[in-house]
Order: sequence, then C-alpha cells, then structure tokens
Amino acid sequence: MQKTYYDPADLKKFGNISDWNEELGKKFFDYYGKVFEEGALSEREKSLIALAVAHTIQCPYCIDAYTGDGLQRGITKAEMMEALHVAAAIRGGASLVHGVQMMNKVNKLDM
Amino acid sequence: MVTASLHKRKSDLANSKRQLEILSNGIFQSEDLPKFADKIAETSQFPLRSKTLEVLQINVGYMCNQVCEHCHVDAGPDRQEIMTKETMLQCLEVIKKTGAHTLDLTGGAPEMNPHFRWFVDEASKIGIKDFIVRSNLTIIKANKKFADLPEFFKSHNVHVVSSMPHWTQGKTDKQRGTGVFSQSIEALKELNAVGYGMPDSNLRLDLVYNPSGAFLPANQASLEKDFKKALLEDFNIHFHNLFAITNLPISRFLDYLIASDNYEDYMYTLVEAYNPEAVKNVMCTNTLSVSWDGYLYDCDFNQMLQLPVNSKVKHISEYNEYLLKGRPIAISQHCYGCTAGAGSSCQGSVT
Ligand code: SF4
Ligand code: SF4
Repeated sequence: MQKTYYDPADLKKFGNISDWNEELGKKFFDYYGKVFEEGALSEREKSLIALAVAHTIQCPYCIDAYTGDGLQRGITKAEMMEALHVAAAIRGGASLVHGVQMMNKVNKLDM
Repeated sequence: MVTASLHKRKSDLANSKRQLEILSNGIFQSEDLPKFADKIAETSQFPLRSKTLEVLQINVGYMCNQVCEHCHVDAGPDRQEIMTKETMLQCLEVIKKTGAHTLDLTGGAPEMNPHFRWFVDEASKIGIKDFIVRSNLTIIKANKKFADLPEFFKSHNVHVVSSMPHWTQGKTDKQRGTGVFSQSIEALKELNAVGYGMPDSNLRLDLVYNPSGAFLPANQASLEKDFKKALLEDFNIHFHNLFAITNLPISRFLDYLIASDNYEDYMYTLVEAYNPEAVKNVMCTNTLSVSWDGYLYDCDFNQMLQLPVNSKVKHISEYNEYLLKGRPIAISQHCYGCTAGAGSSCQGSVT
C-alpha cells in the first residue's frame, strides 16, 4: 500500500477525474481554463493569486503547480514571497479578528 | 557555480554518446514517455525532412569568456576547438553560392576566434541579406581589445543577437555592482549609443532569453513586453525583439538536470507541452549548422551530440545544397525541446 496520502506523480493524473464523470469533469476543466485566461486581470496576476490561495488551502499539488507556473512567467522569488505574506496576513488576521467576538463574549459574561 | 567545462572536468557527459544513451534509456526505454520519432509519427510527420535552406549557421569555436551553467555547447575559456582560416575560406565559398538569406555566426564567443574580424569583413562583402552575430554581451567588456566591437558590428551592418539573463537579476546585481548582469547592461548601453536597437534604427539588436532553471519559457510576446518595460525604466535601454528559447536537455543543461534531480520531471514537462504545429517549423527544416572543423549538422544541438547529417555530403568542403535538401533529420529525445509549447529555435518561438 502507498505510504503517504500525497504522491507528486498524481498531479499529472488530475485530468483523469473526468474518467468517472466526463460531463462534470469537462465542465470543470473548461471553466478552469477560462478562469486563468487574460481578462481584466493578467495571467501573471492570476498566477500569483493562485499561488497565494494554494498556500491558504495548503494544497501541495497547487503549490507545486503554481510555483512552476510562476517561474515560467518570470515571476520573481520576491513577488512570490510577498504574495504568500498577503495570504498569511489574511489567515492570521482572520483568527485575530475573531478576538473581537471573544472580547464581546467575555465582556458580556464577566461581571 | 560552474567554472570549467564538462570536457575540462572530464565529466561522463562530455561524451556525446553517453548523452544520447541517457536520452534513450530510462523513462523512454520503459515507454513511460513516447520516443520523439513515435510522437511525430502520430501526426504523420516522421521522418522529419529538411526543406529549402534559409539559414546557414556557422559555429566558429567553442571557446568562451563565460561558463554558463545551462550552456548546450559546453563552452568556456578552457575549450580549444577553434575554426581555422582554411575552414573559414571553405565557408566563404559556400556563402557565395548559397540560396540561404541568413548567415548566423555563433560559438562559444565567436569574437574570441582570432580570425573573427577578417571573416566578418570577407563575409559581409558577399552581401547576404541578414548577417547575424551571436554575441554574449559581456565579451565587449571582457578585455580592452573587444571594446570597439559595437563600432565594428555597425561598420559591417551586422545584426546582433545577444543572450540576456532575466532582467530581474539586475535588482541584485545592480546592488552588488558586479557580475554578468551589470556587464551586459553596460554593453547594451554601448550598443544603443552607436544606434543598435533604437526604435527606428536599421541596426538590429535582438535579445535571447533562456529560463534559468528546469522550467519552460513563458509566452514570448509577454516576456518581450516585460523585458522592454523593465530595461527601459530601470536602465534606459532599447532593443528590438526578444527570442524566448527553451533549454534543450543536452550537455551542461543535462548535467544540471540530472544533478538537481529534475531530469525526469523536465522531460515530462517537455512531452506534455508537445505541440505538433511546432514540428512543422523546427529550425532543422531550414537551417544547416557547420561545426568549427567544417562538418555539417542539422542544428547546433545535433552538432554538440555529434549526430551528423544523413547525407552523402558531410563536410563544408564537399558542400552541395541540392544533395542536402530533403535529407531525413537525425533526431532523438532532445528534439522535444524544440516542439514544446510555442516551439523553440535560434530565432525564438516557431508558431
Ligand atoms: S551560453 Fe553562450 S555565453 Fe554562456 S558559456 Fe555558452 S556560449 Fe558562452
Ligand atoms: S534538436 Fe535539432 S534536429 Fe531536433 S528538432 Fe530541434 S532543430 Fe531539429
């Protein structure tokens, strides 16, 4: 049996999800492709957003894919790291902002 | 950092036979990935054949002032292979009678060949339409005797094509004040100063970009836009076109891929990006490559792998354009580098 949940080789098999449901698989990949096309945002900007989100959802496949994609687009290490700090700031902020809820509750319960 | 050629280091990979073995074994032998011949056969493009000759590319020697890690020539200061004047005379005879519209001098650093200036002088008199010299830029700053190269190129109406590291490396090198990047910037400024690369100038200056690692180049047009903007804003430098070139898995780049454990992934990347449209225009279909010792190859890469042309004509001294036309191209798995994405050639994308 496979000893780990994640295998880098599985990333290449992503397209295979269509094998068990072609209609939905196709709809998903068409949508996915369209999302990353140049639009109001450039492909480069979208790649950086994807990298930041990949770290937020901690998906090793996405991190692998969008780090490579970024290098290919000439995105610099500095830009990649800044994007990650945006993700980290929002994540950290999301925890901390709930502190207000905590404080409200304490203030209500505490005499 | 690499400081000597594979040849000097007596590396296994200095042997072209060993490189060809690697390219045919492993994932290709086990059929995890299809061989290039089988892949192009899917669209009835096997065998690949040469068409009318358009570009004559002459490699005047493997000596270079740099030792770039990705170099497919395995060039460096320690390489002694240099074209002799005798072979150059044979080349000049061929340039006089060829139907090719482009003459493309490459190396190593072609300027390091002691007969370089004489050869350019003679070749430019023949009046070929597009006369390219591939200059690595830093050579202009390497030694006082090369300082007048911009003027020399200009006086012979040479089309300069230069390799350029990514513009963003400038941010670091600019701070440190040394290195290849800052020397390249200085050289570009000097070329601009004599008119090369200026918006309406006839003195053509194009840049070549290779990815600095195991990934493919991005879209050539968008890279050109990025380079133009950055070089203009940061350094007030102009150039005409950018050629985005894929690194082929041979020589020092192959050595790097293997040493960094990227070889298999890179081959998967190339094969996944395979574009049958690009096969139609791979450069071997319209180019002939001449080595420092006068032998003929389908391209500079095949020259480095010592895969000779499939023709009775093997050497520049017995050159016959008619006999060379329609020859089956010698291929191996390195060819996937020319057919990935938008395709890649010495003139950049091919689709
Ligand atoms: S890539 Fe060009 S400049 Fe670099 S070592 Fe090779 S021939 Fe010289
Ligand atoms: S490596 Fe040479 S022979 Fe192979 S496709 Fe490219 S140009 Fe043609």
